[in-house]
Amino acid sequence: MKRIFITGFALLGLFKAYAQNDPADSTSYKPKKLKIEEINLVSSYYRQDGNNSAVTGGEGTEKLTDISNAIDLRVVKYGENNIKHTFDFEVGVDHYSSASSDKIDLSANSSASSSDMRVYPSLNYIRENEEKGRAMGIGISSSSEYDYQSFGGNVSFSQKTKDRNGEFGAKFQAYLDQVKMLAPIELRGLPNVDDSGNASRNTFVGSLTYSQIVSKNFQVMFQADLVSQQGYLSLPFHRVYFTDGSVHQEKLPDSRLKIPLAARASYFLGDNIVLRGYYRFYTDDWGIQSHTADIEIPVKITSFVSVSPFYRYYTQTAAKYFKGYEMHGPQSDFYTSNYDLSKFDSSFFGLGLRLTPVNGVFGIKRLNMLEIRYGHYVRSNNLDSDIISINLRFK
Amino acid sequence: MKHLPLWIAAGFMAMASGCSPVKEYQKNKINDSDMVLSNRKVEKTELSFQSYREGSSGANAGKSGGGCGCN
Repeated sequence: MKRIFITGFALLGLFKAYAQNDPADSTSYKPKKLKIEEINLVSSYYRQDGNNSAVTGGEGTEKLTDISNAIDLRVVKYGENNIKHTFDFEVGVDHYSSASSDKIDLSANSSASSSDMRVYPSLNYIRENEEKGRAMGIGISSSSEYDYQSFGGNVSFSQKTKDRNGEFGAKFQAYLDQVKMLAPIELRGLPNVDDSGNASRNTFVGSLTYSQIVSKNFQVMFQADLVSQQGYLSLPFHRVYFTDGSVHQEKLPDSRLKIPLAARASYFLGDNIVLRGYYRFYTDDWGIQSHTADIEIPVKITSFVSVSPFYRYYTQTAAKYFKGYEMHGPQSDFYTSNYDLSKFDSSFFGLGLRLTPVNGVFGIKRLNMLEIRYGHYVRSNNLDSDIISINLRFK
Repeated sequence: MKHLPLWIAAGFMAMASGCSPVKEYQKNKINDSDMVLSNRKVEKTELSFQSYREGSSGANAGKSGGGCGCN
């Protein structure tokens, strides 16, 4: 938590210095040189607890904390033909400590795997012809942890309808990942155990979206993805205990096809209340089907202050390869005791607060938005978590 | 429950087909920041954790690949 505020205050200092040197420009001119459009700082503190860790075969602590800090810088310029060029650079750093990862070595009180850091930079570029309502984008990303490396790329296209009330979007993403073969300590060196080198995991995602303005205060969006994963889809440090008491490394198929379909809607009710809704249906070839429903109601207390209570309900069926502690038989080809793949339902609820004062947050003209959001998550198999996040936006 | 997604999609389609174009000068409510049809930046970490703790992901209330982050 301390780190969140240290980073937050450091950035506040930076913003204040910048604000003093360069007063805000209220005109909407189109810069021919690269100009900072927006900087966002997002910090979060997350904690969870449960008693179904996959590292210890479906029984054992899932206690985990994560401190996340990300900075997102967007710069724009307009080219010769009034083409808008947007560059978005983001870098995030997560530091987490996990009691269950610590149990890769069962006898350890605090092993090398008890905490780790994840660093994830990304760079995206969008070329937009505002006159034609057409945009094309390209981007790269990476994510690095001690036992996991990911490199990603994406291309995107969007086209507004003639009346500018609808927009079609298409995106393709590819992630080429490497999983370090870190086996539970007592299984290392045994036959049929993956305990050295790396294995690859590739993910390809095709996405289509269509959004439509229905009226002056109502708009909707439809989203569909087709996600194909190939390679090593287990995690090498997940244990599975069979009915005979023997312990094994998790084993899952080397391919997975996921199909999520979603709809969003926003409705402005009167002058001060917005209803934001989201629904997702999901199915995959591992046997999971799920429904997600989310409602958020931002209420504008004044022109500059809004509060947003929210509630999210989620339910899923179990993957066909899931069974609990000492419930798998030796005849199974694939097996996992990861309760994230079990049958459960969950609720997530909380409150957001957003401040957008005219003269800037804390009197810093360029710091034009502060948003704080707290949520509590409960899962029907006794996992619970809390998260508090803060977003500072600088323009 | 099985056909719920189809009913919801059909409902939205019906609404969309009956709409009359909204002019730029009429979009002050549509352009309000609370009306945006995407996740907010402040939701970034919570959406990641929901996708780690649940079997589903994508379209797009959560990640659909890249960077395990699993514990």
